[in-house]
Amino acid sequence: MAAFTAEEVRRLAGLARIGLSESDAEHLAGELDVIVDAVAQVATVATDDVVPTSHPVPLADRERADVVTPGLTAEAALSGAPQVAEGRFRVPQILDED
Amino acid sequence: MSTPLTQSAQALAEQIAAGDRSAVEVATAFLDRIEEVDGAVHAFLHVDRGGALAAAAAVDAARARGEDLGPLAGVPVAVKDVLATAGMPTTAGSRILAGWVPPYDATVVTRLREAGLVILGKTNMDEFAMGSSTEHSAFGPTYNPWDLARTPGGSGGGSAAALAAFEAPLALGTDTGGSIRQPAAVTATVGAKPTYGGVSRYGLIALASSLDQVGPCARTVADAALLHAVIAGHDPRDSTSLPSPVPPVVQASTATDLAGLRVGVVSELSGDGYQPGVLARFDEAVAGLEARGASVHEVSCPHFGYALAAYYLILPSEASSNLARFDGVRFGYRAGVEPGHTVEEMMTATRGEGFGPEVVRRIVLGTYALSAGYYDQYYGKAQKVRTLVQRDFATAFDTVDVLVSPTTPTTAFLLGEKLADPLAMYLNDVATIPANLAGVPALSVPVGLAGEDGLPVGLQVMAPVLRDDLLYRLGAVVEADAVARHGVSLPGPGVLDV
Amino acid sequence: MSEPALVAFDDAVTSFDPVIGLEVHVELATASKMFCGCSTQFGGEPNSQTCPVCLGLPGSLPVVNAGAVEAAVRLGLALHCTIAASSTFARKNYFYPDMPKNFQTTQYDQPICVDGYLDVDVPVDGSVRRFRVEIERAHLEEDTGKSLHVGGATGRIHGADYSLVDYNRAGIPLLEIVTRPVEGAGALAPLVARQYVTELRAIVQAIGISDALMHQGSLRCDANVSLRATPTAALGTRTETKNINSLRSIERAVRYEICRQAAVLSGGGRIVQETRHWHEDTGLTTSGRTKEEAEDYRYFPEPDLAPLTPDAAWVASVGASLPELPQETRARVRQEWGLDDLELTQLTNAGVLDLVVATVAAGAPPAAARKWWLGELARLANEAGVEPDALGVAPHQVARVVALVDTGALTEALARQVVAGVLAGEGDPDEVVAARGLAVVNDDDALLAAVDEAVAAHPDVADKVRAGKVSAVGVIVGAVMKQTRGQANAARVRELALDRLGAADIE
Repeated sequence: MAAFTAEEVRRLAGLARIGLSESDAEHLAGELDVIVDAVAQVATVATDDVVPTSHPVPLADRERADVVTPGLTAEAALSGAPQVAEGRFRVPQILDED
Repeated sequence: MSTPLTQSAQALAEQIAAGDRSAVEVATAFLDRIEEVDGAVHAFLHVDRGGALAAAAAVDAARARGEDLGPLAGVPVAVKDVLATAGMPTTAGSRILAGWVPPYDATVVTRLREAGLVILGKTNMDEFAMGSSTEHSAFGPTYNPWDLARTPGGSGGGSAAALAAFEAPLALGTDTGGSIRQPAAVTATVGAKPTYGGVSRYGLIALASSLDQVGPCARTVADAALLHAVIAGHDPRDSTSLPSPVPPVVQASTATDLAGLRVGVVSELSGDGYQPGVLARFDEAVAGLEARGASVHEVSCPHFGYALAAYYLILPSEASSNLARFDGVRFGYRAGVEPGHTVEEMMTATRGEGFGPEVVRRIVLGTYALSAGYYDQYYGKAQKVRTLVQRDFATAFDTVDVLVSPTTPTTAFLLGEKLADPLAMYLNDVATIPANLAGVPALSVPVGLAGEDGLPVGLQVMAPVLRDDLLYRLGAVVEADAVARHGVSLPGPGVLDV
Repeated sequence: MSEPALVAFDDAVTSFDPVIGLEVHVELATASKMFCGCSTQFGGEPNSQTCPVCLGLPGSLPVVNAGAVEAAVRLGLALHCTIAASSTFARKNYFYPDMPKNFQTTQYDQPICVDGYLDVDVPVDGSVRRFRVEIERAHLEEDTGKSLHVGGATGRIHGADYSLVDYNRAGIPLLEIVTRPVEGAGALAPLVARQYVTELRAIVQAIGISDALMHQGSLRCDANVSLRATPTAALGTRTETKNINSLRSIERAVRYEICRQAAVLSGGGRIVQETRHWHEDTGLTTSGRTKEEAEDYRYFPEPDLAPLTPDAAWVASVGASLPELPQETRARVRQEWGLDDLELTQLTNAGVLDLVVATVAAGAPPAAARKWWLGELARLANEAGVEPDALGVAPHQVARVVALVDTGALTEALARQVVAGVLAGEGDPDEVVAARGLAVVNDDDALLAAVDEAVAAHPDVADKVRAGKVSAVGVIVGAVMKQTRGQANAARVRELALDRLGAADIE
């Protein structure tokens, strides 16, 4: 399989919004190479006829009735916020608007 | 009267109910013990002296009013810092949550409070439960009371060490790939991972949602069963929580024989890579089962060898998504922001500074495994291996009632010994991971000390889904046998003497 | 930014074959959110309708709202979809401050509704053409929080821009309905797009799952547009246009994109696959912020939720309990009121069919109800820049006004004043009439007194009338109308005036 490059690690870290120094990225690339090599062996037994399992114990239709239940007060909701303004969570500028 | 510190939880509860001791007296003893030894052990990240004494006083007052107390009322308990406790800091062992005080209680914490247990504080853990040694805690490691130069296992090393150092009679842990069972094995304590869905995950800071479970930690099988019964049962706030009744674990823990029980020894979980002293104690314990009426069989679970690989794809994938919410916006750490910075830059800096290297490693790995073009090859295939592991269990349970193996390949390792190579660390979980993948319940019980180093060895028992009672039945008998054979295992003389 | 060159629409649709697709998000009117019990009420104090779940606090877990599932099944059945025997939830992973978990819990490869259709009638040259828009899927997901952007000029260190986030809206259930590419509409594509959303909205409102008001954001529409050289060529690159906030804008935006893309292609350029932003004020789309690479959402099955496996008998009972759907209503009123295709389409185009039906149900004759909603009320709505249903006058009030005109208590002109009064918040029609004193004066004595006054004031006109120029009585009538502030019964005034002046009415 293709070796991990620092560039690839930076791309993935970018997708995950994790700031990495250049040396960290390089170091991580080496580690990931080893790990991915080890885990790639799943391919040998995971043939096409086997269905994937995403939930270990099968359940279905776990729903709640459409009723309003008590939640948090605005104060409690904001209690852990690093920065608050006007009863809202304050963050640095968001550049990209939907 | 003897010190409460070495009493079982069951005995303490009985003494409190009978009025022989007050809950406040018991809580004080453990709080004092923590002050005395936790400087050396570092099992706790937060101790809530005031809250604990208040809760203990409430139990005493209820007793004075003649109210019926629950089976564990007044008994102190330590809670792994991955569970939300309202009003008490909850860090998941991470700098990114340093100082976060949840505005709500996890369901299991509510159940502890309602049952009258006394929460002493929060225990140390590998950051976000990623690790097998508690060395990845952002707040410093926990030290194994059996040998302070060694790790107590992980990720729940704090809870196990607290028990082994007699800082608490009970603890809650969580187990995603062995994080309750492996520390139990290397500290001579008992720890169980219930059937997936048997205990609510509401309020459990998620690592891998399809693998995580909250479970009981104690010094005896009977105590673990009592705690299991308090926390288990359906929770409408957790859509993966089973609507089935809680298996009869307490009753099962009083078993004295194994008549009719078919025990399977998993052939793949033995041999190369397993320390001889570990295998010796394990084989001895298994040999004793037949005398108690069990039949022992060799069972092959051919796909267990791939479980580790599948786990280290599924876990990072789910974790990379679960940990996305830690971004400095709504709670926790936020990196310093220069004027003109965007929120993206803030998030990236926050996560880069707030997450430790093991967490970063797994998030990046998980992002890779889920990314376009790689999903089928990695995550998709790992989920297929999960199917195969489940089938192995199903096939095995056609011929036997429970499966057993050594809990871990080795005894407690030295601090720093396995930090250089992530894979070496991951191998500690090779025996415990299959149960998490399949969702079956599993428990670790002490079976004596390894000959070569005098360190604790654990035996793991696994049972079919919703047959958690079988864990406690076998566990109780194995425990009794081990005590009869070797006496009660206690850490050696030194600062942690009780 | 200079406006790009455009090709005229007629030329564009001659040179190219447009293909459109529509993605509509409907905000469900459930009492509580999609995955928690927080209220969905609009307008609460910021962050006062939140809990650990919709805030995405560590340790929180989602639980599916049964009401949202039922709403999805209702809509699926109304759109002739197959309701999936088993549908699952998935995580769509991306970072944005208004997303509490930095992933959206949605449905990906196994949505709850698939393979439906909606027939859409578009007026063409005096008749109506029916298009069948195929619906690929409808699925459940959760809405995001809302951010406000605050901040001043660039280049300043102090007072730097920042944003404020409110999570009250986070977690409100959304139903996303996605069409298959709509082919063969040609020059009618913009109209088909608009008609589709109009009809979809009517259905959503009829089955009661949402207010579906575009101006309030409870119905959102994104339009996909692509061009190809011929109807048999492969599909071209498409753009997705967002920020379309009214039915009219859908038509305009699609039209614009066709023209813009035609200009690009005609000039030898390539269409960039991108998201574009519609600007209502300038009538054009602009490119969204270009990203270095397409977002990789890393979808995977949501481990915290179980599949939905709706029981077939229950689904059937939901279907049986659906109210009359707009198409059925149209068929019924067409027959009962004797309308032709075009007349019917007029009503639906204007988005007033339900209003007219309700007005008729409140007692008005169909013709009068139609006249009011297509005429005066449509005009007022247009002026106010709102949809007719948001105007502020209810069908039963319109029916009352019609009744008052019928009995002669109001003239048409007075009726329009009464409606204005209702809109101004002065109350029901009767209250407005009383408060403003708008009743038609039918009292002959009062009218005669006014006629005499007018005659005295215009002696030369009175002479003309007496002399046989009957038409001149109009001046007298006009004077009386003015004096009575329009509240006289004009026809009666004319009768009385002619009688007074001894002239026979020969007109």
